[in-house]
Amino acid sequence: MSAREVRNLLVSVVLLGLCALLPVYGSAYWLTMGTTMAMFAVLATSWALFSGPTHYISLATAAFFGVGTFVTGLWFQSLPFWALPLIAAVAGAALAALVGLVTLRLSGVYFVIFTLGLAEMVRQVFTWVQNQTGARGMYVLTSLTEREIFWMLLALGTLVYLAGWLIGRSRLGFALRIIGNDETVAKHSGIDTARAKVLLFMVPGAAAAAAGAMLAPRYIYIEPATAFAPLLSFQVVIMALLGGTGRLWGPIAGVIPFTLLWEAITRQAPNQTLLLLGLAFLLIVYVLPGGFVGLWDRARRRWGGR
Amino acid sequence: MFILITGLLLGGTYALIALGLNLQYGVARIMNLANGEMLVAGGFAAFWLYTAGQINPIAALLVIAPLAFAANWLIYQVMLVPLVKRAKSRGALEVDSILATFGMSFAFVGIMSWIFGGGYFNYAFLATPVDLFGSSYAQNRVVAFVLAVLIGGALWLWLSFTRAGLNLRAVSVNPRSAPLVGIDVRAASALAFALGGAVTATGGALVSMFFTLDASVGVLFTMKALIIVIMGGVGDIRGTIVAAVLLGIAETAVARLIDPGLTLAAAYLLFLLVLLFRPQGLFGKAQT
Amino acid sequence: MSKTVLQVRGVTKRFGGLVAVKDMAFDVHQHEVMGIIGPNGSGKSTMINMISGTFAPSAGSILLNGRELAGQPAHRIAQLGVARTFQLVRLLPEMSVLDNVIAGAVFGHRRRWGHSAETFARDLLARVGLAHAAGLPVSTLTYIDTKRVELARALACEPEVLLLDEWLAGLNPTELAVGIALIRSLRDEGRTVILVEHVMDAIRSLCDRCVVMASGEKIAEGTPAQALSDPHVIRAYLGEDDA
Repeated sequence: MSAREVRNLLVSVVLLGLCALLPVYGSAYWLTMGTTMAMFAVLATSWALFSGPTHYISLATAAFFGVGTFVTGLWFQSLPFWALPLIAAVAGAALAALVGLVTLRLSGVYFVIFTLGLAEMVRQVFTWVQNQTGARGMYVLTSLTEREIFWMLLALGTLVYLAGWLIGRSRLGFALRIIGNDETVAKHSGIDTARAKVLLFMVPGAAAAAAGAMLAPRYIYIEPATAFAPLLSFQVVIMALLGGTGRLWGPIAGVIPFTLLWEAITRQAPNQTLLLLGLAFLLIVYVLPGGFVGLWDRARRRWGGR
Repeated sequence: MFILITGLLLGGTYALIALGLNLQYGVARIMNLANGEMLVAGGFAAFWLYTAGQINPIAALLVIAPLAFAANWLIYQVMLVPLVKRAKSRGALEVDSILATFGMSFAFVGIMSWIFGGGYFNYAFLATPVDLFGSSYAQNRVVAFVLAVLIGGALWLWLSFTRAGLNLRAVSVNPRSAPLVGIDVRAASALAFALGGAVTATGGALVSMFFTLDASVGVLFTMKALIIVIMGGVGDIRGTIVAAVLLGIAETAVARLIDPGLTLAAAYLLFLLVLLFRPQGLFGKAQT
Repeated sequence: MSKTVLQVRGVTKRFGGLVAVKDMAFDVHQHEVMGIIGPNGSGKSTMINMISGTFAPSAGSILLNGRELAGQPAHRIAQLGVARTFQLVRLLPEMSVLDNVIAGAVFGHRRRWGHSAETFARDLLARVGLAHAAGLPVSTLTYIDTKRVELARALACEPEVLLLDEWLAGLNPTELAVGIALIRSLRDEGRTVILVEHVMDAIRSLCDRCVVMASGEKIAEGTPAQALSDPHVIRAYLGEDDA
């Protein structure tokens, strides 16, 4: 390990430790905010692992997340809780693989469009199945406290980071960077581009579903309309792009300010949240194409250093 | 029979909306995800003119279409030209335009729910039944269908037989060679984008005659229009119309026979089949 | 005669009603530089694209050391041992020169990874005369240097057959001399190369044999001197009246 890697590792461990102690020194309000941020950190970081290098904008997060919450809703009484995120991760990865197999052979537009309606479609199917069986929403009543959910999410986030770090150093990660640069070159260099994309797309699928499974007890009552709310997908895209996908820490740099802003707006002017979302998209496209990471890199280049 | 005709009536309006999107994507190369909001805006305008001004929605088209044309022309020139200019490749423009039009989409929804509130909007216009082939159908649906056919037909004639229409088709086929024969690609793209927006808003006004709209329903129509465009093939008018009718019939069939809550799932099934077997569109040539 | 590496038989490509390549057949032997020449639109690029798997032939067979390439996806063909450059240079714009070359080494015919891939790529950069540029972003390169990077990337796959699609096109006279020398040195190393070219000097000085195409068909084959003096070839290039 180089000195820089050791330094980065130490910084990460210290930051993680500080985060993990939040329930000890923070108020209930900050614990709630922290849980929300941890959730978005998991979702946005795993989103960026795939969509960052490939430039395929995925709007499937809400679908994966909803599947995860349903896994918990269906089995939290019959299975130990620790098994639920695992099952959800497998289900999410499988759904991602299916979506990927259908769309990732084709150009990015098809993928965006398919994922755009995916959550809504899955919601319609779940609602229909529930209507057929006569079931309605589900109550998820567990003894889990907010701080336990927070710690679980933090552990999941750490896993996602480790996965991202490993992928970044792996052949798969390298292949994805080449694909993002020029898919034709990638193919003619011997990369099975469709396979690489599908494999990597399974990572955000698994992570988002696992996050959904962990967060289900927080919602207490689960029904398709809330579990598959498509807004979540867009929030994740905004946060990840606002932070920037060029580096592993980028999405978090977007998650923290955006969550605070979102919270403030929903409290002050709940009708303006969509306008805010729209303006944030426009801001990213016209003013901050590389996100905060892009700003940071430009500033570092200007002020010297590496 | 009832399903076929209801589906056809629905498909007619879908075709008009999808034609608008297809013009924007096929010629201007902008995948406009705010398309559904333009539709809702057209519908709201028709609603407002009818309830506040007692103006017949059909006459209102004469106001709505030019306004939408102007608005979309401005959107293209102000918001989208910078993206076209900075795009290094078709892919980069695609990502940028998707994000930008998402932004516009949310912003429009935000603005519209600010102005009109979050409620549902419908009005009774020609809400009397007519009899066709032994079943009865709402008169407004039939009128909307006829108008959609007329407007779509006029658009097709214009594209096929006028100089300006020829220019647009040339840009659609090959934007790089079009300037070589003296076509101003930027002007043609702006025209196509504006025209596409006007057609979509017109479609919205027609839809509002029989469908209850609210500020956030646009994305559903965007979704359907996108699926139709991909099914029919980018830049292919005939394919768009066939795909729209297919979608209309499939949705009606699923809604009547299985569950009205599954219409998008039905659209997705069609979409899936197209992606798996004919990703180049119903009538598209196999990729070379 | 040395071993046949690539065997093309009855290869035809139709685009809709247009026949771009018709019933092509030729062999490429080991350690040989084989030229494919012909006027614009004669189907040379289509032929190269079929060998590298950009698209599949409508009919016919392309065997690489006895294994069928026709119908295989491009990445599989690259793994089996065909590497190529592109008519319009394609580099990976957001990656360094070195990473551009490593990209060829990691997933190609002989796969390398980590330290071994990096040293291999550095050697190849030195080989094409770009040792000093390894750390630079590709946007800073001159035109000929971008072509060199592309060549190094293709070489990094360690292909059985290297396809150069108009690699010398667009170079100025000085660069052209450098470019020809570079390809000649590849031949001297014993590599098997297919060269699609317009530059006649290059054909004459580099190719052991060449195939001449016109309107999608093979009209002549042989050493450059033989092929270029063939009356069919003269007619194809100069038109009926001048023949």
